[in-house]
Amino acid sequence: MPLADFVPLIPEIFLAAVGFALMLAGISLGRRGTRPLIVTAVAALGVTAVLVILFARAAGAPERILGEMLVIDQLGVFIKLLILATSAMALLMAAGFLERAGYGAGEFSALVLFATVGMFIMASGASLVSLYVGLELMALSVYVLVGYFKLETKSNEGAVKYFVLGALSSGVLLYGISLVYGTTGSLDLATIRRGLAAVPQDNPTLLLGILLVAFGMLFKVAAVPFHVWTPDAYEGAPTPVTAFMSVGPKAAAFAMFLRLFVIAFAPEVEAWQTILWIASAATMIYGNIAALTQNNVKRMLAYSSIAHAGYALMGLVAASGTGLWAVLMYMAVYAFMNLGAFGFVILLESKGYAGETIADYAGLSRRHPGAAALMLWFMLALAGIPPTGGFMGKLYVFAAAMEAGCVVLTVIAVVMSAVSLYYYFRIVVQMYLKDDEGAAPATLLRDRWTEAMIGVCALVTLAIGVWPGPLVEWAKGGLQALGVGSSG
Amino acid sequence: MITATHYLLLSLILFSLGVIGVMMRRNFITVLMSLELIFNAVNLNLVAFSYRLGDLAGQILAIFVITIAAAEAAIGLGLIIALVRLKDTVALDEASEMRS
Repeated sequence: MPLADFVPLIPEIFLAAVGFALMLAGISLGRRGTRPLIVTAVAALGVTAVLVILFARAAGAPERILGEMLVIDQLGVFIKLLILATSAMALLMAAGFLERAGYGAGEFSALVLFATVGMFIMASGASLVSLYVGLELMALSVYVLVGYFKLETKSNEGAVKYFVLGALSSGVLLYGISLVYGTTGSLDLATIRRGLAAVPQDNPTLLLGILLVAFGMLFKVAAVPFHVWTPDAYEGAPTPVTAFMSVGPKAAAFAMFLRLFVIAFAPEVEAWQTILWIASAATMIYGNIAALTQNNVKRMLAYSSIAHAGYALMGLVAASGTGLWAVLMYMAVYAFMNLGAFGFVILLESKGYAGETIADYAGLSRRHPGAAALMLWFMLALAGIPPTGGFMGKLYVFAAAMEAGCVVLTVIAVVMSAVSLYYYFRIVVQMYLKDDEGAAPATLLRDRWTEAMIGVCALVTLAIGVWPGPLVEWAKGGLQALGVGSSG
Repeated sequence: MITATHYLLLSLILFSLGVIGVMMRRNFITVLMSLELIFNAVNLNLVAFSYRLGDLAGQILAIFVITIAAAEAAIGLGLIIALVRLKDTVALDEASEMRS
């Protein structure tokens, strides 16, 4: 393979190189130099954003690179820029948190960058080989990040559970891939699609393969019944890691979901639609019901993120042009509102884990009226109330599901959205209606970087809510470039 | 005469044993071994299909899987060391502080 073939891969190579440099710098700096390391990593992410846009411009039409392993198209650019934004925001939120906890930032920022490279490959893979390698690069980095606070039992426990179940799901996914390869004779997504036409629709090996691939992917997006790792991993992980892993990897996994099912498995749409219908309904119902009784805010947000994966899956079930760009849009909105909510948990938690329970939010509106108002905003967004971006995200996904005739699924989604109001408003009630007399009141820490990121998240959520047009157009463009705009 | 189908059957048995091992065993090291069993079942599958199809792509993926399984094992062993340092045990049941 000539060296010139690697030129379109420069954004990924650059990020990985900066990651290695940060790791080396982190070894010599130890616990010092947190902020310079984080700023370097964020600057690298910014440069990569420019590179991604430049290479996409240069490519013009979708272009397959690196021996047809990857493809540069608008879907990839959309997801990559979203991932870069979430990685950068999670890093900036982590700076103060790492300093307070006394852990170095070198390996931390390097692992975030490696995970970002993995997500890039997931978002632009054109072959089962590259998609799998990208998925593992992301997953392996996140296992380590979850266990990053190695002296804390919770962090280790979360990492152990996530690792065992994550590796099992990778194995199941791989077994599915091997069966698909055996029946279609190819690992290339476009060739698999053509190969499927020659295979009988009810070939049991093929159906088992697609089922196992779906199981593996459902695990990665934390859908029921493959969600059991989520609450423990989210609660155990250092909060900035929870914020990071709940948005970026989920968006990348949905991009991979799109590429696998909409490009490669399109001829088998009826088979996988049924699987995803059941998973989506179960995820929405279980995620929202289980969140009702959680007293730990991180755990509650974990179940809420399970529920949100269920809403996003509806777009895939619809399997229409509208549904697919609605998934992209939903991932973008969800990323910002979820990061904002976790930003507050970071600020409130840091005082010796004080702010993890819902009772710690009691009377917050009196001591920190501005912060309480912003938290109210994010809770409204997650619940999907206008004029927040969360409403727009849900609106398009629900509309797409209705359009595709999934009436029952939409009814479930609407009912469950109403249920979700209860647990989001438990926090609001605590902040505004309860006083904190008697208990030791939790206070918000001063952390300018995290505060700035919360502000950015609030602004973006508001902007999408009142003016969704540009984002919708961009997401639509992403799918048109995929060449599957309105086909089933 | 041993055909590709025999290898696929063997792979299915190994895969099932691996999944059962991960589900049932409570020793982290045994769980890691079961995970290896799953990945090697996949490799056997890929190579058998590759042979039957007369196509090299499956063997290439098998090489990637071997590499990644090694990285995965390294992280698993790292987590075991951290677990042993914290709790002086390799039993997964000990890692169960968090409850809903």
